[in-house]
Parts: sequence; structure tokens; C-alpha cells
Amino acid sequence: MSAPRIEALGDCAALIHCGDAIDANINARALAIARALIDANLPGITDIAPSYAGVCVRYDPGAWTGADAHSPFERLALRLGAFVENAHTDASTNAGIIEIPVSYGGDSGPDLDDVAAHAGLMREAVVELHSGAEYRVAMLGFTPGFAYLLGLPDVLHMPRRATPRTRVPAGSVAIGGAQTGVYPRETPGGWHLIGRTESALFDPARDPPALLKPGMRIRFVVR
Amino acid sequence: MSLTVLTPGWQTSVQDGGRRGFAALGVGASGAMDDVSRRLANILVGNVDNAAALEITLRGPRLRLDADCVVALTGAALDGLPMWRPVAVRAGTEIALGTMQRGAYAYLAIAGGIGSAAVLGSRSADIVAGFNAALAAGDVLPVLPAGVPHRELWGRFHARPLAGDSENRNVVAANWSLNPRSWFDLDPHNRIGVIEGAHFAQLAENAQRALFDSTFRVGGDSSRMGLRLHNVHLDLREALELVSAGVVPGTMQLPPSGDPIVLMAEAPTCGGYPRIGHVIGVDLPRLAQRRPGDSVRFARVALDAAQTRYLERERALLALARTIKDRLQ
Repeated sequence: MSAPRIEALGDCAALIHCGDAIDANINARALAIARALIDANLPGITDIAPSYAGVCVRYDPGAWTGADAHSPFERLALRLGAFVENAHTDASTNAGIIEIPVSYGGDSGPDLDDVAAHAGLMREAVVELHSGAEYRVAMLGFTPGFAYLLGLPDVLHMPRRATPRTRVPAGSVAIGGAQTGVYPRETPGGWHLIGRTESALFDPARDPPALLKPGMRIRFVVR
Repeated sequence: MSLTVLTPGWQTSVQDGGRRGFAALGVGASGAMDDVSRRLANILVGNVDNAAALEITLRGPRLRLDADCVVALTGAALDGLPMWRPVAVRAGTEIALGTMQRGAYAYLAIAGGIGSAAVLGSRSADIVAGFNAALAAGDVLPVLPAGVPHRELWGRFHARPLAGDSENRNVVAANWSLNPRSWFDLDPHNRIGVIEGAHFAQLAENAQRALFDSTFRVGGDSSRMGLRLHNVHLDLREALELVSAGVVPGTMQLPPSGDPIVLMAEAPTCGGYPRIGHVIGVDLPRLAQRRPGDSVRFARVALDAAQTRYLERERALLALARTIKDRLQ
């Protein structure tokens, strides 16, 4: 594997690149690096967030000064480089599969028919495919607890809506491009809504606050 | 001790040093837009750096404190209290803050700090994410016990003449103040430093020049999430399809519209637009003070120079905090 690129995200954050694609192996590597960094507890690191193909590391430059001519970023990047070399890609998480019950179609999934038409399938076949697949959480973002999932069957891929909705109800299960996910709370959104779950995806008063974490395996269950 | 919100102003919220450690769950840092002004307000009342203060936007609130207290107001100028200094306020006094003529954010710190409930380790409101909403009329916020006694100020308070002047008898300001000049800047002629981002080289040649030669204007569609810049369209050499990746406050993204967005305190944790630049840490509070309609010009800064300036600022803030703390005993 070629040496990773470490990008400066301004003067207080760095982005470790593991690749340039939405790909299960690249993502597994990003998650392994993020896990190794969390375990290492390096000084002055204020946040570590994996994404599809990289890891964002926020840091305090004051914790990475030294006597030589290197800048705090250069010093941190050297250290991060060593981590990337040594991080083992261990895609298997010991957690079981999280099941998310979903009511597909109707008022819960107003775009199910559009997705079926785009895929050239009956709506029942879309539900069967979507709930039959096993997904892996690649990353969380957009809004607290919003999980981007890997594993959507190819035939269900569909470009985002031309005009995003200003309000997507909390719990909506949706398809956007090659991705599927669940909206934890009411927000604007441009994905196609195929169902809804009552599961609480995010509750700041709960520990852990997010139902889904990067690396977890999940399955949607018809209810 | 508690603080009652009589009217909230345009948008007032509680802000501390921000949320840490939850970015992997999609939770951003939030915190103050002009965090230096928030920290200076805390320094002036003897609070710890991370203490929660009120962030006031454009038009100030009316507030009442139910016990004698010391407060400090910093940031964009507002009528209602002397600024950039500790002010002793008698219990029950109404603090009515006016409207900013320039700048966008002011900070009111109270000795002890606001003690409202923390969500995920921070008292900061994250309005987009829905943690700790902006304040509403009737809200009552607890205030923690003051860390320093403010003897000199209370001495002056009790020594003031009992009659014969028209001053507000319930408010006494320290006879010294902090010179905000090196910390606070509203002058739109002063450029905002930007480090080139990973996709700067993918900008068309004229767009690369325009980023640093043109005058942008802050859009009315700006918020704590981001400042939208208009007036100059930037084009890429060719469209880029990017995988969503980490972004932070200060990241300058270029959506397909060609109008750049600088992510601010409530930045999301990831984004898929090209990262054409990053506003440097020391200039982010200065950019935050630009209001819709204000102009913005950028200057290219190298990463190591930006980090040097960041470290210098932190050293200076630490020294200032020590000096003022001695004075407040």
C-alpha cells in the first residue's frame, strides 16, 4: 500500500487519507487507524472522526511544539504516519448485528414507488432487497447520529432528489446515490424516503448517545 | 444565584469552549463564534477559560440577576453596560443591552460562569444539531459561585456617593479596562488569513487569483454553521466528485454554485464539497464578526506561519489572564 497522504485541515486539524473511494476495504482501514489513534491517547488530540476513506484528527498545536524547526503539523504528521503504517485492518467487530425495524412505503416511505420505478422492480422486491442486505456503518456525520451505510444492493442505487426536502421526518430510512441511511431527527434532506423506524438513532442523554457506531453491522427488518 | 432572560434579543445562546470527543458520532464542536472575545470576557471576571458565557447576536437581550454579581461584556459594541472591564451589578438590576451598529457577536460573562446543564460534556448551544436551544423569554439559568472575590470593585461599589449624581446607582464599573485593539477587529479592510486547501490547485487559474484579489460579501444566508460569501464566483477547472471527508470550523468549501462557504462554530463533521482553503485559527474570530453585507478580503498564509501566530496568541492570552487575575483578587 502506498504511503498515506496527511492533509492539513487548517492549523488545528489533519486529515489522514486512506483512499479516494467508497469501498469497504478502504473504510475498514480508516476505522482501524481511528481505533488505534483513540487507544494511543496522543497528547493534545481533541477529536478523532473516521469517514469513508480517511480519519479527521483535531489537535491543539500547543501540544506539538518542539525545539527543532518543525511546525506542530509536521511533528504530528510524522507521528500519524507511523500509526498508519502499523494499523492492522481488522474488519471484524465482535459486536453482533443491530436490527432496525422499518415500516416501508405508504406515508412512512413516500418515495418507495419512485425507487421501485427507477430500479425497474415491484415495490415488494425493493423492500425485500433493502431488508435482505447486511450493512456496515462506514461513518457518522451530516447531523449527530446520521450513519452512512455500506452494502446497498447495486440495483437500488439512485441519484439524489433534484430538489431536497426542507423537512424529512425523524426516523426516515432513505436512499441517496449508492448509500442508505436513517435520519435521526427532522432535518432538510435530499435522499429518497422508503420507510421509517421508531428506533431512537441519537439521544444525547443516553450512553452511548448514538445507536450506531462506525464499523457496526446492521440489518433492516420489515415490521 | 440565577439569571432570568426577560427578552432574548435577536439570538442569544450559552457558549463555552465547545464539545470535544464526539465528532465520530457526527457531533461538531459548536462553541462561540468569536471565541477570543468569549475567553476575554471570562478573564475579566476571573472565570476559568472554558466557562460558559452568553453569546449575543446583533441585538442584545434584557436580563436580570437575582444576586449581586460581577459581569463583563466584550465583542461588538452594545449600549447598556461599559465594555471590556469588570462591572459590579446589584441584585435585581435589569441589564438591557442595545443593538450593534457594527460587528455581529458580543459576549457577557458572569463571575462564576453560567451553570446550565451540559449536553455531551458542553453547555454550548448547537442550534443546528438541536442541543441547548437559543434562549427564550422566561428562561432561568443557574450561575456558579464566583472564583475570585473582586474586592477592589466591590470596594468602589460601596464607596460611591449615596446621592447627587445621575449615574445608574446599581452598576459600578472598574476604573480600568482591557484595550481590545490587539484582540478584536471589525475593520473590513483588514484581510483574513487563509491557508490553501487540498483542492485549491483544482480551481481555475483566474479563480485562484480571485480568491486572494477580490472582495467578497457576507451573505444574509449566513449562520453559526457557516458564512456564505457572495460577489465573486469561483470556478473549478473541472467538476470534482469527492468522497465525503472531515471538515472543521474555518474550512472553506466550494459548492457547485461557485459561492464559497466558510464553515464556522456549528460546522458539520464531514462534507463532500471541494476544500479550497482554511481560514487560519487566529482570524476565525475576526471573520465571525463580519455581518451580512460586510466585505471580506483574504490573504494567503503559510501553514507554519499560521501555527506560529496561533501559538503566540495563546501565550499572550495566558499572560493576560495571569495579570488580570492578580488584579481581581
